[in-house]
Amino acid sequence: MAKFFAVTIIAIAILSAIPILRHTWDPPADISTHGGRIDEQMSETMAEAGISFLASQILLALFIWRFSNTRPGDKIKTFPGGAKAMVWAAFLLVGTEVLALGVFGVKAWADVYLTAPAANAMPVQVQAGQFAFYFRYPGPDGTFGPLHPDLISEANANFFGLDTAHDQDSKDDIVTAEMAIPVNREIHLLMHSKDVGHSFYVPALRVQQDFVPGLDLSLHFTATQIGKYEIVCTQLCGLGHYNMKAYLEVMSQEDYDSWLKKQAALQ
Amino acid sequence: MHDMSAHAAEHHAPTSFIRKHVFSLDHKVIGKQYYGLALVAVLVGMVLSWLMRIHLAWTNYPIPGLHLLSANGAPGNVMTPEYYLQLMTMHATIMVFFVLTTAPFTAFGNYFLPIQVGAEDMPFPHFNMMSFWVTFVGFLVLMSSFFVSDGPTLGGWTQYAPLSAVGSAAGPGQGTGVVLWAAAIGIFCIGQLLGALNFITTTLDMRTKGMSMWRLPLSAWSWFITSVMGLTAFAVLMPACILLILDHVAGTSFFVPSGLVLNDQLQPHSGGSTLLWQHLFWFFGHPEVYIAIIPGMGIVSHVLITNMRKPVLSHRVVVYSMGALAVLSYMVYGHHMFVSGMNPVSSLAFSFPTLVITIPSSIMVLIWLGSLYGAKLRINTASLFALGFVSMFISGGVSGFFLAQPSIDIMLHATYFVVGHFHMVMGVAAMFGIFAGTYFWFPKMFGRMMNETLGKIHFWLSFVGAYCIFMPFHYLGIAGNVRRYQAFVDDYLQPLIPVHRFITIAALLTGAAQLIFLYNLFHSRFWGKPATDNPWEATSLEWSTPTTPPPHNNFGDKLPEVFHDPYQYGVESSTGDYVMQASPEKVKSAHDEA
Repeated sequence: MAKFFAVTIIAIAILSAIPILRHTWDPPADISTHGGRIDEQMSETMAEAGISFLASQILLALFIWRFSNTRPGDKIKTFPGGAKAMVWAAFLLVGTEVLALGVFGVKAWADVYLTAPAANAMPVQVQAGQFAFYFRYPGPDGTFGPLHPDLISEANANFFGLDTAHDQDSKDDIVTAEMAIPVNREIHLLMHSKDVGHSFYVPALRVQQDFVPGLDLSLHFTATQIGKYEIVCTQLCGLGHYNMKAYLEVMSQEDYDSWLKKQAALQ
Repeated sequence: MHDMSAHAAEHHAPTSFIRKHVFSLDHKVIGKQYYGLALVAVLVGMVLSWLMRIHLAWTNYPIPGLHLLSANGAPGNVMTPEYYLQLMTMHATIMVFFVLTTAPFTAFGNYFLPIQVGAEDMPFPHFNMMSFWVTFVGFLVLMSSFFVSDGPTLGGWTQYAPLSAVGSAAGPGQGTGVVLWAAAIGIFCIGQLLGALNFITTTLDMRTKGMSMWRLPLSAWSWFITSVMGLTAFAVLMPACILLILDHVAGTSFFVPSGLVLNDQLQPHSGGSTLLWQHLFWFFGHPEVYIAIIPGMGIVSHVLITNMRKPVLSHRVVVYSMGALAVLSYMVYGHHMFVSGMNPVSSLAFSFPTLVITIPSSIMVLIWLGSLYGAKLRINTASLFALGFVSMFISGGVSGFFLAQPSIDIMLHATYFVVGHFHMVMGVAAMFGIFAGTYFWFPKMFGRMMNETLGKIHFWLSFVGAYCIFMPFHYLGIAGNVRRYQAFVDDYLQPLIPVHRFITIAALLTGAAQLIFLYNLFHSRFWGKPATDNPWEATSLEWSTPTTPPPHNNFGDKLPEVFHDPYQYGVESSTGDYVMQASPEKVKSAHDEA
């Protein structure tokens, strides 16, 4: 039974590793300037975690195989080096491993969160609400008009609570249900929620950020591939959570300009 | 340490049925009551998970009879999106609180901590009785939310505000459902606090003559450390639940900021903070993970040592590691909030202790592995589950390397990777600890042996089944599969649906295998082979009781005296290769005594 157990553990360990090694299920390909570093960090962690996983499981299996079914006369033995060897191994091997991951990981994190957006980054506002995202572009004046939560009305399609009758800056704001951005242009995404917690997750873009009611948060990123990608909500927000999504269209500058013009005409 | 002989005289066995079996003051009965509660809870939790898994794999496929559970939640036997979330929330809440906290900690701890320290009972038996009954009331309050008009809360076991704090405007179950949830958990916390006081005092004050702290078995150490954590963690969750209830019933705004609009209505709240709830919740929530797993570590060490016929490489290093895990668990909670909008520098500050916590965890694993070297391992159901625990703990542990890093968390946060991680490390591993403890201690608790053949079949199906369920969760997460979705409508998730179907089939089969355990448990209780006082040739005090099961005051007329370290195996004594803690026999020991 012990030997069978040992073989089972090794078989499970190897079978578990195969889909990872063969990249059977990978995230959508990265389309951002910062994502490469996240992917690199992910592969390095996978290598280190994978080796730790396989080594520990195989060692467990070998010891079960070897040290069960012993004969009555056999004496117990102590691992050479004893507990000290284990504590040193944990500090040296695992400690160095996690320290390295931690230190290198800072860079990938800093790219997204600890650097300010470029001064010429294009601002886009996104509002999350049960169960849709809405986007706002500042229009030709380059300025977003103020928000009035008391004016928010789904029925009147005033999703952001704009007062276009009184606020000069709001008059040319463009509100859309889809997000379009020009390729290779840094975007400064200004995020707020109108009701409960939500999240902005674009796997292809390697970004995920919660919307926190009461807080204005922001993200910045640059998309490098033209195409249509999915924006999904990852923070449980109610019964329609699974279906809260929008599309992100990355376009050439010309296509983007004409798209924006079309949207402005629809306001 | 006390001379408890004077106290022993006061401790009469009850005679009435009610005082003996219902409102009992006996820690052993209370331990069994906790175990029974956990058993009922785990069955409910498991059935909920089956329903969820079927729905996820074959959305819109009717589940016969489901409308009987809730006519609104499952019209035509098909689960509505909100009902899925409600079942999910109840599954998690039941499992985390009423199974993973009660079974390994309050059930086994109640039964065996006083015996392992050589006491006749806990110091505050009335508190102990209250602790169980309060917990039971908490369970009833939680269950009652199934029967209110719009059902239980759908907000997830984390109950993030303001979804949880603005009332039914946020969705079905977010009014009365949340209030019942918060009341249930608040009540549960009271039970845990009462229990923790007893556990701590038992360990510090009730040890018998000769039982120094370093002579405590590792299981006793794990319950002691866990109870200190329980005292501090539940003391934070309880007021948080009270504040959440006040936001509902007293018009306060602890967790709701101004300017929120739901259903085109501006909410009458202002001044609250949604992140406050997250901080309060996770300050409890992360230690809770260790409250669930540290008793498992203690139980598994205890079972493994007995079956390896040798002590672990270092008793003290294991105790220090469990202590380090407990302390660090309070410093890492922010890793649940990397993408919450918390200051990004804080994320880095929480990331480092999270990475550091892998060191004591690794020490534990290496100590188990290193101790196996040179062992004379006995394979039985208890030791199989203990070894299975080690394997699961490794698998669930390594995924922590990923989630500890904020940059990777950008991709994996709120995906099935997280679900796979915590199910393996605190779900399956902790369950394996419970199973190891059950197969190991059942003979002492009920005076009968469990059936080993059925036990081994149960182990094999559970071990392979659990890997088939939870390993693929990690693959789904890597591919970006978001958790807490009742259906997968996004284009990029379509290729993953077959993986979900595989998981569902594995979950149904593995769940069905637990019926073998249930049968074994009940059949052995009444018809099992009678057990001897010390069937595993173990050393700690629970095996030195004058009868099996132990008498009302555990040790009869005289409390035992302890002469040895807890795990004197591999020695030459008159009984064989071990000497019991309570035996005055002097033996030649290969291991220094403390």
